[in-house]
Amino acid sequence: MVPFGAYLVVFLIIPTLVVVIGAFGASPEDGGGATLENIRALGDRQVLDAFVFSISLSAASAIIGAVLGALLAYAVATAKPDGMLRRVVTSACAVLAQFGGVTLAFAFYATIGLTGFVTIYLADHFDANIYSGGVWLFELPGLTLVYTYFQIPLMLIVFLPALDGIRPQWREAAESLGGSTWQYWRLVGGPLLAPAFLGSTLLLFANAFSAYATAAALVSQGAPIVPLQIRNALTSEVLLGQENVGKALALGMVVVVAVVMWLYALLQRRTARWLG
Amino acid sequence: MNAARRRKQSLLRWFVLVPLGAFFLLPLYAMLEFTTRSADGRTAEVWTTLLDWRQIQEDYPELSAGVVYSLEQAALTAVLMLVLLVPTMVWVRLRLPWLRRPLEFLCLLPLTIPAIVLVVGLAPVYAWVTYFVGGSSLTLTFAYVVLVLPFAYRALDAGLAAIDVKTLSEAARSLGAGWGTVLWRVVLPNIRSAVLSAAFLSVALVLGEFTIAALLNRENLQVAINLLGKSSATISVAVSLVSLVLAFVLLFALSFVGGRRRSKETS
Repeated sequence: MVPFGAYLVVFLIIPTLVVVIGAFGASPEDGGGATLENIRALGDRQVLDAFVFSISLSAASAIIGAVLGALLAYAVATAKPDGMLRRVVTSACAVLAQFGGVTLAFAFYATIGLTGFVTIYLADHFDANIYSGGVWLFELPGLTLVYTYFQIPLMLIVFLPALDGIRPQWREAAESLGGSTWQYWRLVGGPLLAPAFLGSTLLLFANAFSAYATAAALVSQGAPIVPLQIRNALTSEVLLGQENVGKALALGMVVVVAVVMWLYALLQRRTARWLG
Repeated sequence: MNAARRRKQSLLRWFVLVPLGAFFLLPLYAMLEFTTRSADGRTAEVWTTLLDWRQIQEDYPELSAGVVYSLEQAALTAVLMLVLLVPTMVWVRLRLPWLRRPLEFLCLLPLTIPAIVLVVGLAPVYAWVTYFVGGSSLTLTFAYVVLVLPFAYRALDAGLAAIDVKTLSEAARSLGAGWGTVLWRVVLPNIRSAVLSAAFLSVALVLGEFTIAALLNRENLQVAINLLGKSSATISVAVSLVSLVLAFVLLFALSFVGGRRRSKETS
């Protein structure tokens, strides 16, 4: 108990406090003390752009991932509960959702990079250049595509338990009252699953918003998303006193993620009422 | 369920599974294709290199070091996590039930703190870690225990919820067992599969970790892959593919461990 508590204080509580307090602290070169200067730096054009980009990327990949992931989860949920299909899909999804990171960047580099398999195949066989309108792999559409590769699997993992919670008796009850498939989904299944679906979408958003590794390995120039901005603030030696701007950026991220996770917890409680 | 609907469901299933399966398998195939390219046709050179550990050590020392570091970090993280978490969770269940909510909150807290944010806060802490125990890459274990905490907590909590810890420990105590014996010979054997899945999850998570290692300037597998990508992309892509497949095998094996527990509960 005591060792565990001490451990958490050193490696979880102190780092959190460092971020929160540091975000409001002046750098030692400026004499220390409390300041709002770092928070004001969040209003910079560049930083605002990064937040807007991060949020659009997270929202786009969360929505696409949620829709396709829910379909995949439905396909798996209707299969045999202990069957091979379910085992293979859930294990593969667990790998892609959690393990991804750098390896996914290289996977897409090999697929639709400038010398990637698909790029070359299309150029050879169909004389089509997927990058005729510029290299979009490192921009919003490209990053969204790469992110869906770990968002769809994550959706399956968080949404499958909700689908498993649907009881066949409800469907039978609807049928015995003369309800059609469409009516069942619109009046029973849909409303039951809606909170779980929305909650999962929020979780996906938070996941994409916090992701760092894939973008770090893929994007070598510039810092379009907030985590990469933090990397710049941490590693740049050109601008002294930037360190606390990094903490302000980190605090900004925590605020966004905390709001999203709070909404997620609210929806989760609603879901648990029926599908727990 | 009637036959017509079952047919419709299975049709829909394939309608969803085939395109999505293609989407997910295409990059993996592309990786294989990418690593077997040569000026004239195909070559398996990269793969023969990868199979030869000594060759890797010679040609890509940072890669072999990264692999070793990652494996050591994974093992240390799993052990340290269990040593810290299991006694605490058992003790809270037995003696301090009012602490359960706060404990759960603390254990799930890392979910809301992105790794990149944790790095920002950990940097000064690690200045002290380096001062006391040195700058070895194995010190990353400390941060990784925090990272795997939510997943390990959930797995262990499910395991502990399935058994009656209180009755078991009281029975053992009344027979004269000390707390160490209760923990080691009564509780642990009963939550074996939960411990196993918590350990597996930790290992998988640590093997895939990049953010903290890269930004604290430590070494591990993912950092090595990223670094190699700048000089020889082929080998990086090959190692990426191998690590994805290995992680899949690991978690696929885990799905059977979990399944055994479930069937035991129902019997």
